Amino acid sequence: MTTNADAGAAAATTAAAPAAAPAVAAGGGAPVSLTHLSRHFGAVRALDGLTVDVAPGELVALLGPSGCGKTTALRILAGFETADSGTVTVDGKEISHVPASRRDMGMVFQSYSLFPNMSALDNVGFGLRLRKKSSTERKRRAGELLDMVGLARQAGQFPHQLSGGQQQRVALARALAIEPRVLLLDEPLSALDAKVRLQLREQIRSLQQRLGTTTLFVTHDQEEALSMSDRVGVMKDGKLEQIATPSELYAEPATAFVAEFVGTMSRIPGRLDGTGDQVSAVGQTVPVIGGAADALAGDVDVLVRPEGLNITAGPNGNGIVADRTFLGSTTRISVLLDGDHMVKVDQPSTVAAGLPPGTSVQISLPGTAVLVSERR
Amino acid sequence: MAAVVGQQLAGELAPVPPRVRTGAIRRFPYWRWIILVIAGLYFALPLYAGFRFAGISSFPSVASQEGFSAAFTLSLRLAAITTVLTLVLMVPTVIWVHLRLPKVRRIMETITILPIVIPPVVLILGVLEVSPAQLKASANLLALLYVVLAMPFAYRALDAGLRALDLKTLVEASNSLGGGMGTTLWRIILPNLRTALLSATVLTVALVLGEFTMASLDQYQTFPVWIVAFDQTSGPISVAASLAALIVTWIVLMLISMIGGRGGRGGRGAGATLFSVARREPPGGS
Repeated sequence: MTTNADAGAAAATTAAAPAAAPAVAAGGGAPVSLTHLSRHFGAVRALDGLTVDVAPGELVALLGPSGCGKTTALRILAGFETADSGTVTVDGKEISHVPASRRDMGMVFQSYSLFPNMSALDNVGFGLRLRKKSSTERKRRAGELLDMVGLARQAGQFPHQLSGGQQQRVALARALAIEPRVLLLDEPLSALDAKVRLQLREQIRSLQQRLGTTTLFVTHDQEEALSMSDRVGVMKDGKLEQIATPSELYAEPATAFVAEFVGTMSRIPGRLDGTGDQVSAVGQTVPVIGGAADALAGDVDVLVRPEGLNITAGPNGNGIVADRTFLGSTTRISVLLDGDHMVKVDQPSTVAAGLPPGTSVQISLPGTAVLVSERR
Repeated sequence: MAAVVGQQLAGELAPVPPRVRTGAIRRFPYWRWIILVIAGLYFALPLYAGFRFAGISSFPSVASQEGFSAAFTLSLRLAAITTVLTLVLMVPTVIWVHLRLPKVRRIMETITILPIVIPPVVLILGVLEVSPAQLKASANLLALLYVVLAMPFAYRALDAGLRALDLKTLVEASNSLGGGMGTTLWRIILPNLRTALLSATVLTVALVLGEFTMASLDQYQTFPVWIVAFDQTSGPISVAASLAALIVTWIVLMLISMIGGRGGRGGRGAGATLFSVARREPPGGS
């Protein structure tokens, strides 16, 4: 059985290709900049100086836990919320005070949001109707878009006659019908079941790349974010912790929060030296990425990906194998380190087969720089 | 490429048709039938007694009685004015409260129940004390008061209709496509409130056609006042008029239920009436 974290790791690997060589057909999308956005709801600070730049035709996901401000950022870009301070710029024009109805942005909502009194065809054609397109033109283009999302046969059906996945595809077609230069996706897949979610996310990515629409995608699902996006911005407490390609985010997290939010991290007790540049753990001393934060000193936890730790069997090791979880080509080994810390190590299943529970093992760090976090 | 993906997805499972309710009657326990029959008799017996008292022959002569036309026309006029005023005031208010002031809903519910709690006699006497002479001289004053009386019913009908809609998201979806508030109201919200609007209308009309206390104290001969007055002249015809009014109201209510029940184009919001329990289906998976 695989966990979300594993899936995230796998997705990061698969997403590395488009990130390295973007297949986006640029030209259809507009550049978007959110600059120093702040927003308070009463005493709650939803956004705290958020700055994000999205290139034309790029798909950027905002990823983070509930309450981190990602949806607020999207809603400010859409024009449904107003920022307390900061600016929203699209295609070089400041649009902070432009009403939502004049922003020409397509948006797909979590809850489908199809108009119940209209057929699928009329829903898709609604934006075109407001743009004074003729009935013939409207029907032709709405029909083409429904065909594009595989729902040509459902054109005459009403929302309550469609399944959740079908409704969301109509919503996507409706958002694209107005040929927006910016597409906003507010957790569009979270209400769908796993199979439909997987199909639809591939379809969204495929359409986005084909049309070259600049897209901002909000999600709390790291697998979705990593697998669909050119870049992923991880948010916490209204701020952007890190924005990078999925593979970079996974391999080189900038902060302990990003490291633990994206994928799985093993925590190993360590001790910082006086300068905060080096940390000692499991008998090794390794450099700290970017130096430790000022608040950290003395006892800390060293953060290492399970696949980054080395494990060798041998007498008098620093750990004992407690458990193993078979994940297919790899196996996750739980090791009781120094009698009181459980760490996870990923090894090829063929190697892990020789490390049954109870085996004495030596855990060692990779030679590269590591992240540190306060001791738990 | 996308078209190919789309075609692959076209085979996705269609929504499951509703389950056929076989044997529903058999599963309906006998004690429920007993309660249903008792409740039915409770309502039907007085009506039957009324029919017996009035006799079939009284019904055709109701319309030709002295004062009937004037009273009925006045009631219809007041019903029309009241309905228009009620909808013009209540529809934007309830939509605004749902959309922008959801915390005020509880207060609205309390306020709109007041006309039921406060006796009409108190209301009319108070208003007659303070209203300007010009207004007091017009039957239209009654329409203004009936708006207050109709408020609990109209509010609840509209509230039930709106609760069945994901109003905020629908408005935002319309905005994102370029729809301003007017367009959104006209093309999205009102069509989805069709049955709720019909309910509010019928309840308001029914209330005005049956209101006696205020009209009587304001000394206007509306239809109910005429029925009571005519009772002194001819009891059977007066009862026949009451029953005729009741039957007409029932027929209209049935028509609305049928329109709402068909619900074809409407989906969730359109079928919601005062009598339906507002529900929001959780987002489905497949």
